[in-house]
Order: sequence, then C-alpha cells, then structure tokens
Amino acid sequence: MSAISIFSSALRQTARPTRLLTSQLSRPTWTPSFSRLAPLQARLLSDSTKQAINQAVATSPVVLFMKGTPEAPQCGYSRASIQILGLQGVDPAKFTAFNVLEDEELRQGIKEYTNWPTIPQLYLEKEFVGGADIVMSMHQDGSLAQLLEEKKVLVPAEEESK
Amino acid sequence: MPSDPSSAADPATNHSGVTAESLAQKLKETLGASLVEIKDMSGGCGQMFEATIVSEQFTKKTTLARHRLVNSALKEEIAAIHAWTPKCFTPEQWEKRNQSS
Repeated sequence: MSAISIFSSALRQTARPTRLLTSQLSRPTWTPSFSRLAPLQARLLSDSTKQAINQAVATSPVVLFMKGTPEAPQCGYSRASIQILGLQGVDPAKFTAFNVLEDEELRQGIKEYTNWPTIPQLYLEKEFVGGADIVMSMHQDGSLAQLLEEKKVLVPAEEESK
Repeated sequence: MPSDPSSAADPATNHSGVTAESLAQKLKETLGASLVEIKDMSGGCGQMFEATIVSEQFTKKTTLARHRLVNSALKEEIAAIHAWTPKCFTPEQWEKRNQSS
C-alpha cells in the first residue's frame, strides 16, 4: 500500500469530526454575543471567550485550530499541519479541528489564550504543542510520533493493517 | 515637500509595513542575536517572512520557548503579517550545522 493512499484515507477520516465541531461552535456554550462586541472590547480576551476556548481545547485529546477545514484548508501552514496529523495516524475519534475563519472572536482569542501569534495551533490534552513549524520539526525528528504514541491518540496498529 | 515617514515606509497600499530589515534590527537589539537572516517570502506585500536567528539566549531552551522569546520581541510586527517562520539556533548549534553541511 502506498504512502499516498494511507495518507488520504487518514485525511478523510480526520475530516469527519470537523463537521461535528462546526455544530459545536454554534452550540449555546459558544456565546453568540461575540460578534456584537465592539472592536476594542473584542481585542481583550474576555472571560466568556476564555471559557469557550477552555471548552474547545478539551473537546478531544488532539485539537487543532486551523484556517479552513481538514478537507479544505485555507492556508498552507494549516494544510501542512493537518497532513502531518494524518500521516502520523491520529485517531479521528480523538481529534477535533476548529476553523478560526468561521469566528473572528475565536481567531483573535486563541492567539491571546496561548500568547501565540499565529495559526495553526496544535493542542494535546489541553496543552499547547506548537504552531506549524514546531509540528513540522517534531514530525521530522520523530518527537511528535513519540508524543502521540505516549498520549495514545493514534489509530491502533491492528486496525490500521486491515 | 517634507516626506511623511508613514507613507514613505508604505509604498504599496496593502503592504504590512514590516520589512526584513526592521525585523532583523529589532531581533539583534532585543535578543542579542549574533546572526539574523530574514527572507521576505511574500513577493512584495510584506506578509510572509522566514527567519534564521542565532542567539546565546536560546541556550537550554526548547523550540517552543525559543519561538516564544522571538514572538514576544516581535509582538506587533507578527500581528501585522500573515506568516512567520522562525528558525532558532544557539551559536554552538549553528556552528555544528555549518560544519556538517
């Protein structure tokens, strides 16, 4: 089996929970009043935004905040990050992606939440791992595989060989 | 006619106002970087930069901590651009890297 087909099936799988998550974003817990905030207020990380992001990072063991969706990433760095998670064999059931382009409050809020200025951002068990460059270099030096293995978020080996 | 510094630094209307030179200057000042190489990958709009930074201050810091150090030094600049790819090395790492390649 070629690497490409493993990869694309993994990508299709990772795509599944995103739809779930779009609906989560519109759940009442994600306060709809966000968009009505004045621009100045919106710059400060309000308690409600912080709370919503706390919930978002706890949605799954592996959480990626990205531009676009896993099926249609809208930035090369988000694309690279989602591809790496697919290649690593992250279990789609343990993965959630949030599209920051759908919510300006989330887009700004997530940068302040971790004090990290760029998107994508990867979280593992609520802990910030890094942005695209860090994920890429961890993928290359093997430390990402090790970390994902430790946290048991990969598709079980016997399932994958079916 | 006296030149307006803001418009002089902003030749294209949608330019971010961030240049490779301004980034390098600030990194040298705040991080005491011994080497800063910044490539503008944006093709003119000033939205995308790749940086190689060598500083003593990266010693014994993880990649994440190094990036945080750089990002906090350039907080306003990074907020104005789309893509920022720092590559951080300590002087020893940089030397090793140059020897091996």
